[in-house]
Amino acid sequence: MQEKGDFILKVEGLSVSFATTAGKVHALRNVDFAVRRGETVAIVGESGSGKSVTVKTAIGILDTNGKVEAGKALFTFKNDNGEEETIDLLTLTKKQMRQTINGKRIAMVFQDPMTSLNPTMTIGDQIMEGMIWHFNTPKKEAWKRAVELLDMVGITDPEKRMKNYPHQLSGGMRQRVVIAIALSCNPDLLICDEPTTALDVTIQAKILELIKEVQQKLGISVIYITHDLGVVAKVADFVNIMYAGKIVEKGRVDEVYYDPKHPYTWGLLSALPDLETHDERLYTIPGSPPNLLHTIKGDAFAPRNEFALKIDEIEEPPMFWVSDTHCAATWLLDDNAPKVEMPKELRARIDRMLKEAK
Amino acid sequence: MEERVPLLKVENLKQYFPISKKFTVKAVDDVSFEIYPGETYGLVGESGSGKTTIGRSIIRLYDPTAGKIIFDGIDISGKMSAADEKKLRTEMQMIFQDPMACLNPRQKVADIIGQGLDIHHLYTDKADRDAKIARILAKVGLAPEHAERYPHQFSGGQRQRVGIARALIMNPKLIIADECISALDVSIQAQVVNLMRDIQKETGAAYLFIAHDLSMVKYISDRIGVLHLGHLVETGTTEEIFANPVHPYTRSLISAIPHPNPAVERKRTSMHYDYFTSGIDYMAGELRTIEGTHKVLATEEEFEKWTKAEKNYR
Repeated sequence: MQEKGDFILKVEGLSVSFATTAGKVHALRNVDFAVRRGETVAIVGESGSGKSVTVKTAIGILDTNGKVEAGKALFTFKNDNGEEETIDLLTLTKKQMRQTINGKRIAMVFQDPMTSLNPTMTIGDQIMEGMIWHFNTPKKEAWKRAVELLDMVGITDPEKRMKNYPHQLSGGMRQRVVIAIALSCNPDLLICDEPTTALDVTIQAKILELIKEVQQKLGISVIYITHDLGVVAKVADFVNIMYAGKIVEKGRVDEVYYDPKHPYTWGLLSALPDLETHDERLYTIPGSPPNLLHTIKGDAFAPRNEFALKIDEIEEPPMFWVSDTHCAATWLLDDNAPKVEMPKELRARIDRMLKEAK
Repeated sequence: MEERVPLLKVENLKQYFPISKKFTVKAVDDVSFEIYPGETYGLVGESGSGKTTIGRSIIRLYDPTAGKIIFDGIDISGKMSAADEKKLRTEMQMIFQDPMACLNPRQKVADIIGQGLDIHHLYTDKADRDAKIARILAKVGLAPEHAERYPHQFSGGQRQRVGIARALIMNPKLIIADECISALDVSIQAQVVNLMRDIQKETGAAYLFIAHDLSMVKYISDRIGVLHLGHLVETGTTEEIFANPVHPYTRSLISAIPHPNPAVERKRTSMHYDYFTSGIDYMAGELRTIEGTHKVLATEEEFEKWTKAEKNYR
């Protein structure tokens, strides 16, 4: 795989906490990740691992009780004069974000299309709204473009559909409309937050294929937030695995799937039901994720990790680089660590996947 | 195998919901299947295919428009005697989809689980009741001290365990699990599925497992029924369905499952199926046997075409 473009979004050392009645929740702890132009990056994790918080912070829609403790989110784009510009999104005010970034440069597709569409506006008006607001596009032109967009996202009879209300469409169609809205201002970066979890499997496949197609056609970057490793395999170039507010492993999809290094990734991959074999039991990761109200000492995954070392309880593991693009935060990769291999069931499964790929 | 008596027999079940004088939603149209003691029957289909409606009709939350439901030799689709009703209400239990919505937030877990015991007077004294609740909690992997807590103090996976405990305490012969894992995280899903399998091994209860996630259904079910638009389009053992899917809808469902294998998955596109443009009329077809228990809803022509296509496809 060749290297694609320059960095478009670079999140560095991001830490976010939430003030709750129970105390301060450390939702993100020192998160680094980057997205290149034209690339699809997935952020994977269980609920509560901080995957949504990461992108919400970057685009300035963090809940009001959230606070950025540290970090930067550098976004590179061509400004209105056509010059390349890099700004730290976290220094902008909410108003500046609204006017220059949100919707215009970075667009977002949310989980549930029923709650992200306005039930009182026709879908045509909702697609045109952004264009008119950001670019003062004349209404006729906006209408034309909206019809084109609907056609592109695979809605038949787009001109008729322009006058429909969201309730007249099925779930899959609604999500297509949401994607059309997101694409209406030609964003550089599209963020999809669990875009298919609320949809049926057959429709999920269609929507994923659509996003992929659109991405290739327009050459935009996409960030995928999901908990489904099957979905990631289908769409992503690059994966970040998150656990308890930290990225524990990242790398190219092939590296992470065929040569996972972090025990949490091993667990996630093993827990997937396998369509090929009919094992007696599904593998499960014992225990449950830590409560982020308490400060975490050492490795957050250690209590659930059967391969945990003594040092895991004392010191947090740094990122160990396996290759130029692949790294994992586990002490198992340290030179002094005992040699631990992934579980043999997983090894067997990966070997089978590799064989299948040939 | 043939002499086995089905625990639950659903015959030509129809469940219509009249919306107005002119319009009736046919949520379930002429569905028949059987569940044998101790097995798991998986019902899959997209939303709106009627899978939840079937579950609810079986447990008498709806009054069927037509058809028969026979449970353990008793017809439970019409009026029932008080004794039969009582038997049914202990022997058939349900686990619901959303573990937060189905537990009373004002009751302690012990009272939620013990409610069935209270109603049917199934204990001699308080100590007996507490012991029964503690035993069931242990079975689903919760600690005895959890009995004194309220539902909001639990995580999603733990709440679903409470839901399972509530169903189990009555020693049911059939448990209807309606999308009971879809609201849970992937790693927790596996824990709950394993728990359900262990319980089945121990108690011999049969499951009607309703879900839209085929990969989990494949994992837990012995036999599968595929529903689409209120019709049972294909049914058979799990192996039959996955090794040799015949109906185009079943094929599109199976092809839509994303495989966690990037090199393969990147190139693969899912099969498309649209009932309204496919020219298939579910009303015209009838269930035809392919081999063994594997049946598909088709007209004679369609049956020829699909089974032949299958040979070419291989």
